[in-house]
Amino acid sequence: MIDKFFLCTASALLLISVPASSREAAAPNDAQIAHIAYTAGQLDVDAGKQALAKSHNKAVRSFAQTMIRDHAAVNDQAVALVKKLGVTPQDNATSKALARQANETAVELSKLSGKSFDRVYIQNEVAFHRTVNGALRTTLIPSAHNAKLKSLLKTGLTLFQEHQKHAEQLAKNLR
Amino acid sequence: MTVRNFLPVRPLSLAVAAAVLALSPASPAAAAPKVHTVIIDKMKFGPVPAGVRAGDTIIWANRDFLKHTATARDKSFSVELSPKTSAKTVIRRSGTIAFYCIYHPGMTGSLNVAK
Repeated sequence: MIDKFFLCTASALLLISVPASSREAAAPNDAQIAHIAYTAGQLDVDAGKQALAKSHNKAVRSFAQTMIRDHAAVNDQAVALVKKLGVTPQDNATSKALARQANETAVELSKLSGKSFDRVYIQNEVAFHRTVNGALRTTLIPSAHNAKLKSLLKTGLTLFQEHQKHAEQLAKNLR
Repeated sequence: MTVRNFLPVRPLSLAVAAAVLALSPASPAAAAPKVHTVIIDKMKFGPVPAGVRAGDTIIWANRDFLKHTATARDKSFSVELSPKTSAKTVIRRSGTIAFYCIYHPGMTGSLNVAK
């Protein structure tokens, strides 16, 4: 079951995580990049809210609160930036795939409780951040044209790499 | 009696003492506590100040749009730092004090505090 979650997330982001050099023609534009980044952030906020509703583990709850707070803060910055730039985020296949598969993961997680929920939630957070970070590094940041959007994505990558390490540490503790 | 005799000269003594203090170089033992600043930006603690002594104050200035903490591993201080805010901590002991952000444990640093 865990592998299934990871595969779902990975396959959604495979659409954008292929190195830019091999898919130049399909490189997302800034409006799509903004939409993908915002969507990924919002999905992790939603996952955090689900964790707060279900988990009783102090460390897991604290991590979920950090995910909600940090991703909301990054998305607030993103919204302010696209408004300032006059860019309308553009829905796209990657955003749709991310949302669909996150919903599937949420349904699976809703069936779990206690330690099982904690372990799968955190393992999915590791996989989600690892894949999003790969996409940011190889495709989204290199493809971004606007310097301010690129800068925000880089700050996001630094933050999400920290989230990934934090989740990896928690996953070890939950074994 | 003795006390009463000394009272009239006390203001003068203080004035002289203050004048002498102003002219003489401060000895390390008498150094006034200092205020140092550590800037937090882009998910990192900035350079820690040199020459921190027990009794000095650290101002933690969070320039990020993210919430952080500055928390000593030995629990001697912990401050919450909302985005774009600052908070102060007084360093009470000497030695090496490692600190980190509770929300982002990969953010770390350490203060070297002299007596």
